[in-house]
Amino acid sequence: MSEAWFDDAAGPVVRPYAMTRGRTRSDARLRLDLISQVVAEDGALRDAESAEAAGRPETARLGPEHLAILRGCASTSRSVAELAADLDLPVGVVRVLIGDLVDAALVRVTRPVPPADLPDEGILREVIDGLRAL
Amino acid sequence: MASAHCDPAGAEAAAPVALKILVTGGFGVGKTTFTGAVSEIRALRTEAAMTEAGRPHDDLVGVEAKATTTVAMDFGRITLGGSTVLYLFGTPGQDRFRFLWDELAAGALGAVVIADTRRLADSFPALDDLERRGLPFAVAVNRFDGARAYPVGSVRTALDLDDHVPVVPCDARRRESARDVLVTLVDHVLRTGTALRGTAPWDEGRAAGLRTPR
Repeated sequence: MSEAWFDDAAGPVVRPYAMTRGRTRSDARLRLDLISQVVAEDGALRDAESAEAAGRPETARLGPEHLAILRGCASTSRSVAELAADLDLPVGVVRVLIGDLVDAALVRVTRPVPPADLPDEGILREVIDGLRAL
Repeated sequence: MASAHCDPAGAEAAAPVALKILVTGGFGVGKTTFTGAVSEIRALRTEAAMTEAGRPHDDLVGVEAKATTTVAMDFGRITLGGSTVLYLFGTPGQDRFRFLWDELAAGALGAVVIADTRRLADSFPALDDLERRGLPFAVAVNRFDGARAYPVGSVRTALDLDDHVPVVPCDARRRESARDVLVTLVDHVLRTGTALRGTAPWDEGRAAGLRTPR
């Protein structure tokens, strides 16, 4: 197949929104900022993996990308942007998939920070000190 | 050694305070280099897909009107003391990427505008946008090999910046240099006060109400 008409540069052969079954947005109540932190609920990954291994129906709605996200945030919280980069998927797709995991109570998400609640002086001073210590 | 589920504070400690800083400027000005220099992780690349009809710059004759444009964003992460995480987002400053800014600017601490003295005008769209949004920013004048070194004051004049806006020289390839720019920015954010930060243009009335009464 040296004469294949597409190569890696052509991108994924599965169109990204096929993974979300065509959905382009998740629940409107869930506003996922790029830096919203996603963390798996205790035991969620283990339960999902064992359910998948046993072929139980509750995992029928979870695709491999859902499981990849669960793995990505199982031991430590990750931002939406990082999860998207790890999975090499557009942020919009990952948002929908995270919405599914929230609906299934498998992950928790911290709310984005509203502009009015930006950090106080104390946090800013900590940031400056932390940067200086780098 | 306690296992994770025996630690009652574990679940809470798992979600750090996440802060966002934009790194912007003209094309090829060193945004990715800057982000990569100071990030603890290899600068990651993610894609924000946008579906919008009739965007003026994407005049795709013969393509159906609803085209999806994908824009790559570089970002980096700096963990500060375990409980605070700083994310840097390299954002194109050109007019045509302005749609990305609504999301990125929301809740951002501030922005670093990287300027190249050979093409200062490339910084104008980013500067205009930040001023309009009231988002605090610092200008980092990137040193390019072969470029003449201009005094910071003349760059300030050329960019028509207010006196309070920090303008600092920078070598985007060097971690310490990029870090110093970030310290300058956060210090500037601290000085300009918290009340007006991230205020959208339509929020001016509200922001005015938050000013310290005379």
